[in-house]
Amino acid sequence: MDTLRGKCAIVGAGETEVGRVPGVTGMSHGLQAAKKAIEDAGLSNRDIDGVLTRTPFCDPTLCYSLLVAENLGISPSYTTDLDTCGATPLTMIITAVMVVSTGLCRAVLCTWGQDKNWVMKQGIPTHGKPNWGSEDFAYPWGFIEAPLAFAMAARRHMYLYGTTSQQLGTIAVAMRKHASMNPNAQIHDPITLEDYFASPFFAEPFRLLDCSLVSDGGGAVVVTSAEMAMGLRKAPVYILGVGQHNFAHSYFGPLEVITPFRKAGAAAYRMAGVSPHDINVAQIYDCFTYSVLVQLEDLGFCEKGEGGPFVEGGRIELGGELPVNTHGGLLSQAHLCGMLHITEAVHQLRGESCERQVENAELALVTGLGIRQAPFGTTGVLILGKEVS
Amino acid sequence: MGGYQKPLPIPNEDTKPFWDGLKEHRLRIQKCCQCGQFRFPPRVICPYCMSLESQWVEAKGVGTVYSFTTVHHAYTPAYEGEIPYVVAIVELEEGIRLITNIVGCRPGQVQIGMPVELAFEDVTPEFTLHKFRPVTLPP
Repeated sequence: MDTLRGKCAIVGAGETEVGRVPGVTGMSHGLQAAKKAIEDAGLSNRDIDGVLTRTPFCDPTLCYSLLVAENLGISPSYTTDLDTCGATPLTMIITAVMVVSTGLCRAVLCTWGQDKNWVMKQGIPTHGKPNWGSEDFAYPWGFIEAPLAFAMAARRHMYLYGTTSQQLGTIAVAMRKHASMNPNAQIHDPITLEDYFASPFFAEPFRLLDCSLVSDGGGAVVVTSAEMAMGLRKAPVYILGVGQHNFAHSYFGPLEVITPFRKAGAAAYRMAGVSPHDINVAQIYDCFTYSVLVQLEDLGFCEKGEGGPFVEGGRIELGGELPVNTHGGLLSQAHLCGMLHITEAVHQLRGESCERQVENAELALVTGLGIRQAPFGTTGVLILGKEVS
Repeated sequence: MGGYQKPLPIPNEDTKPFWDGLKEHRLRIQKCCQCGQFRFPPRVICPYCMSLESQWVEAKGVGTVYSFTTVHHAYTPAYEGEIPYVVAIVELEEGIRLITNIVGCRPGQVQIGMPVELAFEDVTPEFTLHKFRPVTLPP
């Protein structure tokens, strides 16, 4: 069977101003990001023949992707909304690769835009949209938000492996340090471990600084074949490996400290033909500090249970052995469901990351994570490279 | 505005036996008629063998704390007077897990592995919720 390795490339990447951006609709953010990504590729809207989006969380629209396409003057040969919750941007890339490599489209736009109306209605216990299907067995007991599921998973990890709050705080400090170097970040002020421990508890063991932001903004990428990418404006960023794995059980299952990232990561590494130690920079979906820690284990950067010691000593900071979330992540740059983890990886491999640039970045790993039906319900892993061979 | 302000379930045909059971102060869980596996939450089909035949069995009502979190943030005004409260996943002796609250002790006394037993709270005339309390009060 033919592999998808190196068949496609990301040729355009764009982000809007992120943070709290009042007066701009989610649709507008998505369109602005799309324009930036298309122009970054040296293309026009007339060159795009595939459009992938996710319908807004709290204002679901039938075939939102076609509405976005209409706004951009595109009549797509392939279009759909996708939904793997927080892992959706990764699923967009996987879908774009399948669509381009089968010849259905030449250039696929993956775009994401959200405003406060997208996000603020989430988690309100009205049994309205959005819902994940088992609210009746959680909301009445005050389990109304994903943070509680991750908090309980983190507590299991601490119980089994001795992971500490200090280690979680180290991740928060690193993400903020990177955001402080990113002109397009929601928060810039660096924090210390003292600041972390002074931040109030949210749902133990999580403090406010363990939790990601609520943000407005947009991000987009354009995916084409590797052949088409050669003739475009910037150096292609090749898609070398993709993987996805998802847990079928819900919050009522193993709640685990072993996540679907083991299988998703293995699939991506296998397709790319690389190992964890080949990765120069990792953009890890950081809905919570703990999410980073456990992914580092299950993606093979360290052994199970060793995620805590791994993040210490500056290892995941710029200049360290494995810089993580060089843009500041969901924890400190903005929470746009990880679309900007993809665009940041592209910028790193093109050498465009300015003060945040990882030297000699040749291989990047990006993850996506969603809480559908389990704290680590949906996942996606992407391996990008400057070269195909 | 008075009355119970916290979220209440919306029973449907598939889940009604569970809520009716709680109202009677019974914790009923589904057991597959074909393979004998317990499952929760209530589902139409067995995720193990795909049988559509199931029965409702009364759980023994004992288990252990699988994990828990002490919540300090009131998601809705209804929880202002409750925080901090404990949400836990309790693993029943039957092997299935429930999201519930731990009551009858301080949040700081809850531990993973702590044996707990069933209690009931009649929150409204229509709905009763299960809660769990320590079998023996921790130090």
